[in-house]
Amino acid sequence: IVPVTGLCPQAGPYGVQDSLRRGFSSVKNELLPSHPLELSEKNFQLNQDKMNFNTLRNIQGLHAPLKLQMEYRAARQIQRLPFLPSSNLALDTLRGSDDTIGFEDILNDPVQSEMMGDPHIMTEYKLGVL
Amino acid sequence: SRASRKRECRIMATVSVCQYHRGGFSFENCKRNALLEADINKLGFSSPAARKTGTTICGVVYKDGVVLGADTRATEGMVVADKNCSKIHYISPNVYCCGAGTAADTEMTTQIISSNLELHSLSTGRLPRVATANRMLKQMLFRYQGYIGAALVLGGVDCTGPHLYSIYPHGSTDKLPYVTMGSGSLAAMAVFEDRYRPNMEEEEAKRLVRDAIAAGIFNDLGSGSNIDLCVITKGKVDYLRPHDVANKKGVRTGNYRYKHGTTGVLAKTVTPLNLEVVEENVQTMDTS
Repeated sequence: IVPVTGLCPQAGPYGVQDSLRRGFSSVKNELLPSHPLELSEKNFQLNQDKMNFNTLRNIQGLHAPLKLQMEYRAARQIQRLPFLPSSNLALDTLRGSDDTIGFEDILNDPVQSEMMGDPHIMTEYKLGVL
Repeated sequence: SRASRKRECRIMATVSVCQYHRGGFSFENCKRNALLEADINKLGFSSPAARKTGTTICGVVYKDGVVLGADTRATEGMVVADKNCSKIHYISPNVYCCGAGTAADTEMTTQIISSNLELHSLSTGRLPRVATANRMLKQMLFRYQGYIGAALVLGGVDCTGPHLYSIYPHGSTDKLPYVTMGSGSLAAMAVFEDRYRPNMEEEEAKRLVRDAIAAGIFNDLGSGSNIDLCVITKGKVDYLRPHDVANKKGVRTGNYRYKHGTTGVLAKTVTPLNLEVVEENVQTMDTS
C-alpha cells in the first residue's frame, strides 16, 4: 500500500474540511488509498500505453513510438469548450478503443455527470487568466 | 468582499471537477463504507450481502461439440433470491458462458465481453473464437485482481473445433475436456470423474451433464430448482430451459374452503338503488 499525496483532498467548495460530505479528516485518509485497486485503476491507461510503447520500440525501433506519441499529443488537443465534455474521437481511434467497451463506458460516464464546472471560471483557468 | 468570496468558492468547485473526467469504477465511498461497517458490527447488525449464485455449473466436450449445464437457484445469504434464474449467458451465436459467484458480476462481465466480441467479429468479418472470449475475460478479471467475483465456464464451437474453458475470479484459466464450478462443483465433478469418456454421443453427454447438475442440486444447499442445458454444435445451438424440473413445488392436499350451502339462508331482501345522473363531463383523450 503506497502513500500518494493528493489522493483524496478533504477540502470542499469553500476550501475548508467538508465534514458533511466526506466525514472526519485525517492525514492517513488523504495519503493512503481506500481500496487496493484505486491506484492501479487511476494509472491503468497510462501503464497500458507505456507497456505498448515499450513493446513497439523493441519491435520496430524508436521512430514508431515517437511518431505515435506525437499523434496522441495532437489528438489530445482537439477538445470542445473547456466546460463541455469532449468525445475524444480522434484519441479513441488512435488508441483502438473506439471498438471496445469497458466499465469506463458504462459506469460514471463523464457525459452524464451531474456536476459541471462554472463556464467562466473554466475558460479563465484554461486560458491561464485565473 | 462578497463577490470575491463567491468567486473563490466557484474556483474551488470548478478545480475539483477539472481533475475528474474519467469513467469507470469510483472509489469515493470506500472509506465511508469501512467506517460504517465497523460501527454496524459494534451494534450487532450485519451489513447487506451481495447476491451470490451459490451454484453448480459444468461443461463437457463430446463428439460434435460442447454441452453446458447449470442449476437455477440464486441465493442471498441463507434465503433463495431467485428460484428460476438463468445462469447460461449468451456471448456470441456459437459461444455460451455459465457464471457462478456474484450474480451482478457474472451478468455484467458476460455482457461486456459479448459486446466486445460482437464488435471484434464485425471488424474481422469472421465468426468469433472461444479462445478470443477466453483471453478477453481473463485479461479483464486479472485487471480487477479478483474483486469481480465471477467464476465462469466458457464453451463453444468455432472453426477450430469445440473448446471448453474454466475461468477463475482472479483471472486464471484452464482448458479441459470437462469442468465444474460453483459451490456444488465437487458433487458434479464426482459424477464426471466416474462416467466421463472421450468422444461421447450427444444423448449420453446430455445425460451425464444432467446427472452431474442433479448431484450438485441434491447435495449442495446453494444449488437447487431446475436444470438448464445448452448444447452447442457447429452451426446449431439448443438452449434447453428447463431441461429437467428436478424440484417440483408441492401441491396442497387439503382445502379450507367451505362448500356452497354450508351456511343456511334464513331470509332474503333486495333493495334496488336508484342512481340518477347529476352531471356528465366528457374529456377527450389525446391520441395523437
